Amino acid sequence: MKPMSLLAVLGCGAMFGFGLAFSTLVRPEVVLNFLRFHDMGPLLALGSAVAVATLAYQLGPRMMQRPVLELSFGTRPVFGQRDTLIGAAIFGIGWGLCGVCPGPAIAGLGAGNWPLLYALFGMFAGAYLQGWLATGALRAQPE
Amino acid sequence: MIDSFFPAGWQHYLIGGLWIGASVAVLYVLTGLVSGMSAVLSSFWSYFSNLDYFQQPRLVGSRTWRTVFAAGLILGAALCVLLVPNTATVTSLPGWQLLVGGLLVGFGARLSNGCALGHGICGLASLQLPSLLAVLAFLATAFVTAQVTWWVWGR
Repeated sequence: MKPMSLLAVLGCGAMFGFGLAFSTLVRPEVVLNFLRFHDMGPLLALGSAVAVATLAYQLGPRMMQRPVLELSFGTRPVFGQRDTLIGAAIFGIGWGLCGVCPGPAIAGLGAGNWPLLYALFGMFAGAYLQGWLATGALRAQPE
Repeated sequence: MIDSFFPAGWQHYLIGGLWIGASVAVLYVLTGLVSGMSAVLSSFWSYFSNLDYFQQPRLVGSRTWRTVFAAGLILGAALCVLLVPNTATVTSLPGWQLLVGGLLVGFGARLSNGCALGHGICGLASLQLPSLLAVLAFLATAFVTAQVTWWVWGR
């Protein structure tokens, strides 16, 4: 990837982290309050983010031949329906426990929320477990 | 009415959400990359593990930009704390709750190929039905879990 593109990635990551910290979504308590119906704010943050992102995803490829710095627009890959749903259900149990997903956990470190290291450690361990199990499934498949 | 839905105020949620949406939009228009944070967990392991799953081209090929994006997240949040008063924060949740929750989040998000932000923002913005179903599924289990923990031990 071009150095200019990586610089753009760094800048966009910083915008993302700024937004997460500004909206207080880096606080697990805020997400847990939402899940207990005490504060609908996180839904407002999600809604406004989706609105802007939808514009770019839907209009970008229609109005531009290619992205400014690279050759082609990526698309979100779609995977098996079953794993997507089971995984999402497991994710939800964890999210309801710890109140952060990977983005806010990583950004939270920048906001000085150091106990989120516990959550991040768990996330890396969980991702390793999933990769280990998936490797078994890959090897069990006939060529 | 507004106060009962948004006891902590609503402006910072709206503005923060717009920043997040703008980040996703600008990244796509400049580089064509689809944001998403949970894949950084697996692409991180591709540096250290020889397991077939982690050595897939889609993880090895994306690990550089995903790592840079994660560094940007920390940088941006740190900038916010420096520039905007009262955004620094330390959670009072117990460590074990964060650890166990994180474990399920990491496993589930990777099995599902997306987390709250991946399915919730990028998946919905791509108008993908599986992502909408995933969002409904994790909201349902998260609501139940958070209610149970609230009633059982109040955190």
